[in-house]
Amino acid sequence: MKKANVPQQGGLNAGCREVSYAVDSDGHYTLEPSDGWEVKNIALRQAWAAIADQLRVVIGEIEAGVKSTLAYYMVRQQMDPQLLSEYAGIARWRVKRHLKPAVFARLDAVALHPYAELFGISVAQLRQLPELPLLPLAEFTPIEGEQP
Amino acid sequence: MKIDFTHRQFAHCESGVTANLLNHHGLPCSEALAFGIGGGLFFAYVPFIKINYLPLTTCRIAPGHIFKKATRRLGIEVKKQQFSNPATAEAELDRLLATGRPVGAQTGVFWLPFFPPAYRFHFNGHNLVVFGKEADDYLISDPIFEETVRCPAVDLRKARFAKGALAPKGKLYYIEKMPERFDLPQAIKAGIRDVCRTMLHVPLPLIGVRGIRLLARQLANWPGKLGEQQTLLRLGHIIRMQEEIGTGGGGFRFIYAAFLQEAAELLENDQLIGLSQRCTEVGDLWREFALIAARVCKGRVAISDSFDELAQLLRQCAAEEEILFKQLQAAIGKQ
Repeated sequence: MKKANVPQQGGLNAGCREVSYAVDSDGHYTLEPSDGWEVKNIALRQAWAAIADQLRVVIGEIEAGVKSTLAYYMVRQQMDPQLLSEYAGIARWRVKRHLKPAVFARLDAVALHPYAELFGISVAQLRQLPELPLLPLAEFTPIEGEQP
Repeated sequence: MKIDFTHRQFAHCESGVTANLLNHHGLPCSEALAFGIGGGLFFAYVPFIKINYLPLTTCRIAPGHIFKKATRRLGIEVKKQQFSNPATAEAELDRLLATGRPVGAQTGVFWLPFFPPAYRFHFNGHNLVVFGKEADDYLISDPIFEETVRCPAVDLRKARFAKGALAPKGKLYYIEKMPERFDLPQAIKAGIRDVCRTMLHVPLPLIGVRGIRLLARQLANWPGKLGEQQTLLRLGHIIRMQEEIGTGGGGFRFIYAAFLQEAAELLENDQLIGLSQRCTEVGDLWREFALIAARVCKGRVAISDSFDELAQLLRQCAAEEEILFKQLQAAIGKQ
């Protein structure tokens, strides 16, 4: 890559510039700051859109009474039952049971505490969906009427 | 407490950490040199191991290897520790900092608050240097950032004990003792031989040039086999593994080209200059692959029209890399 070709197209990097390796006019390698490449933005947006899709599906399932609100927080933190089990220190088969609304409703504050602590929320919050289920990238917030 | 540590921004975390630590201990070292001596360049496509439900594709060797191999080849004594208890792990980090040593740590980026939100995925192979602690904040030199950053102790603790694939288990590493003198040329040659071996001669179809060819073969079948959505997700995943923060671009091929350029001078071997240019051209080919793949992801070109071209580009990368590493092997010799 030539120095002049180092992309400066802006990125999703919140103002953190990264450096790229590029060849200057004398053929020597230099480290060139880059503030983003649209190719990477497309791939990154796609990864977040996939998470947003999962969130939409899980919110639908919670509203239909198929899953507990724990499922929302799990997907929101990009976890699956296995990873959540490792983080919360609760066996995977139990985590999977806790994803069922009927089982989840019977859990007391002590049983829910490891989850709440992990997600940095209160037990009361864990028992309901947030008003605006936000993702880090505002553009993927799964609100009504939005098309992916 | 704060250790006098020179932070330099680089493209890749682990080679950047290695270079900055070597620099601190009196061996002036560029990132490219650390990457090359550590034999960082690699390719593997492992369809049966899934990361976020997508096949593992990587252009670099496993986390931890660059530091380990680079220091071993330079004859440097290092220490590595892992922990089962987060409190012990934190106490040990504080103790090491108190002795005046900057310490390398493996972390999960999901828990690092200074990362841009868009990059906070569950990836546990991220390396950084801790060089001080003020009140409840650790002072951190993360080579992919322009400046040093602060990180609250609670967050670093979570990041050091991230779970899932590549769980760091609080891993710390640091330089214990530097040798009297270095045999830089030997270390460089060993690093190059290592990469030539993994890229050409590992008897597994998943690794090196053969891995690229396997990916080319399988990729051509994705649209028919997986359907559009999954195909595009897989393509996007390859782009990220190849171009995202920490690769220096072109799937680490540009860092490696920079290393070969530096090696040409240090080994006084002019053949390496031409091979460095060749490596740059391979990197450009990978960039072109990413560019076309991104167009497909964006829906600007039809999948059916472009997948043959994408597979063809990968085969071209494989062919070019095969020539490159064979010539490199010949240029370095066996001794």
